[in-house]
Amino acid sequence: MRILEGEKVAKYFGGLAAVHDVNFHVNEGEIAGLIGPNGAGKTTLFNLISGALPLTSGRTRFKGETITGLKPNEICKRGIARTFQLIKLFGNMTVFENVFLASLFGVSKEINKPNAKKESLELLEFVGLSGVKTSPAKGLTLANQKRLEVARALATRPELLLLDELMAGLNPTEVAQAMELVIRIRDNGITVFMIEHVMKAIMSVCNRIMVLDHGVKIAEGTPEEITTDKKVIEVYLGED
Amino acid sequence: MDRVKVITNRFFLQGLLFVVLLLLATMPLYVRPYLIILLTTIIMYVVITVSWAIFSGPTRYISLASAAFFGVGVYVSAMLGQALPLPVVIAVGGLVSLILALFIGLLTLRLKGMYFIIFTFGVSELIRHFLLWWETNFTGTVGRWVVAVDHTIVYYVMVVIFMMALLTGYLIKRSKYGLALRSIGEYEEAAAHIGINVTILKAMTFAVSAFFMGAAGAIMATRWTYIDPSIAFNPLFSFMPVLMAIFGGIGQLYGPILGAAIFALLEEILITEFPYYYMLLFGIILVAVILFLPNGLVGLIQKWRRGGLEG
Repeated sequence: MRILEGEKVAKYFGGLAAVHDVNFHVNEGEIAGLIGPNGAGKTTLFNLISGALPLTSGRTRFKGETITGLKPNEICKRGIARTFQLIKLFGNMTVFENVFLASLFGVSKEINKPNAKKESLELLEFVGLSGVKTSPAKGLTLANQKRLEVARALATRPELLLLDELMAGLNPTEVAQAMELVIRIRDNGITVFMIEHVMKAIMSVCNRIMVLDHGVKIAEGTPEEITTDKKVIEVYLGED
Repeated sequence: MDRVKVITNRFFLQGLLFVVLLLLATMPLYVRPYLIILLTTIIMYVVITVSWAIFSGPTRYISLASAAFFGVGVYVSAMLGQALPLPVVIAVGGLVSLILALFIGLLTLRLKGMYFIIFTFGVSELIRHFLLWWETNFTGTVGRWVVAVDHTIVYYVMVVIFMMALLTGYLIKRSKYGLALRSIGEYEEAAAHIGINVTILKAMTFAVSAFFMGAAGAIMATRWTYIDPSIAFNPLFSFMPVLMAIFGGIGQLYGPILGAAIFALLEEILITEFPYYYMLLFGIILVAVILFLPNGLVGLIQKWRRGGLEG
């Protein structure tokens, strides 16, 4: 079943087509990948899905319902959460408060403080941040800040999680931990749609990959199909 | 150990608040009328500053529209003072300011940083000049008379407004909306993406904070007895709360209270003791505080307590 669908999604900045008539979908329960060269429109596409930017034309649907034109907070309440390429944590709030707040607002309308607190602590345990829960978020290492971004997004209780370059800037050990985290998130029943430049990571965790170049979708398929696709090799992967 | 400290700290603050309120309530029984009038002015500044800090403190949207909301209250009092009983006049003054703030908020809170500051300042100036134009062209007189009210009553009303503003600020800060307002100040975009309706939250909080400014204006007008647009919409009412809140420290609720009270008292002392140099001295003190106390008086107190514990 398709949990997320995009129909001829387009975004123009003045005359520049950042995203041009892209059709895409994400199946429920899978880990879908989105790759492409810098400036291909990947983050713009995420901004269109999550409501950060209005679409120029086209339509986005979540669980069969149109979500085009909804505000970010409304889209979050429908069940789509996201992380940011450039980390956007609430730096002067504690690690716990970052997650707690997302848990209090997020998807469910009625949640009391004790439940939100319990859930936040569980999530911090899940991403491995229990030890630093009282530290201000701005004091964390990059890897931990990224974990916190994920925990905050999960605290809204999403069905679909958009991860924007979760692994950028991490060392090999941290990348391995992040990959394992993504798989655990999927195993908990949350669909994942991720932008990534770390090829090893995206090839090994994704069920399906889409490739964008200059705002146009140039390929789509399993990791094997993508790595052998002529066009993809030409514009992105390069010859070996 | 930490827990014990937090608990004693809370008891200390609550006890202090209780003593202060008791003092404020009984004050007119044993001090001279001059002191009551002075105290009314000081509490007026405290009310405006605390209300300003309810919205601008956590969100970091620096509003310079306080004079607009205060002035609207003043004019409501001037226009309805003869027709309606005092409590109703004050409530209406607050409500009109609240509605105005909601309107301004929904229109302009999408502006950020400098643009928001300039716009809010522009709004108060616009209202002041519009009223001036209206009064000279249609009513024919620039000023208005306001029904006078006994000093002690004005004082008590101001104390009640202060307590209501303080309670409201405390309840907002303690609720999930208090945390949400802080997250808007940290990263508004991220706040929206975790399901917070930032537009509505900002507009509502802005409106609530304007209510107390309007109420304070409505009661203050009865003490002045004569008002005109330049008195009611004096830009100082926009700038003072910002300076007072920074002076006291914005992070905690008691920061703006402390800042406004000491600042207003200082102004009064300097005016009476050094009538010719008061602005100069005032400016020097302000510069010194901003240079040496970046977190205001509250920062100084916290530093002193921490230093005392370590040393």
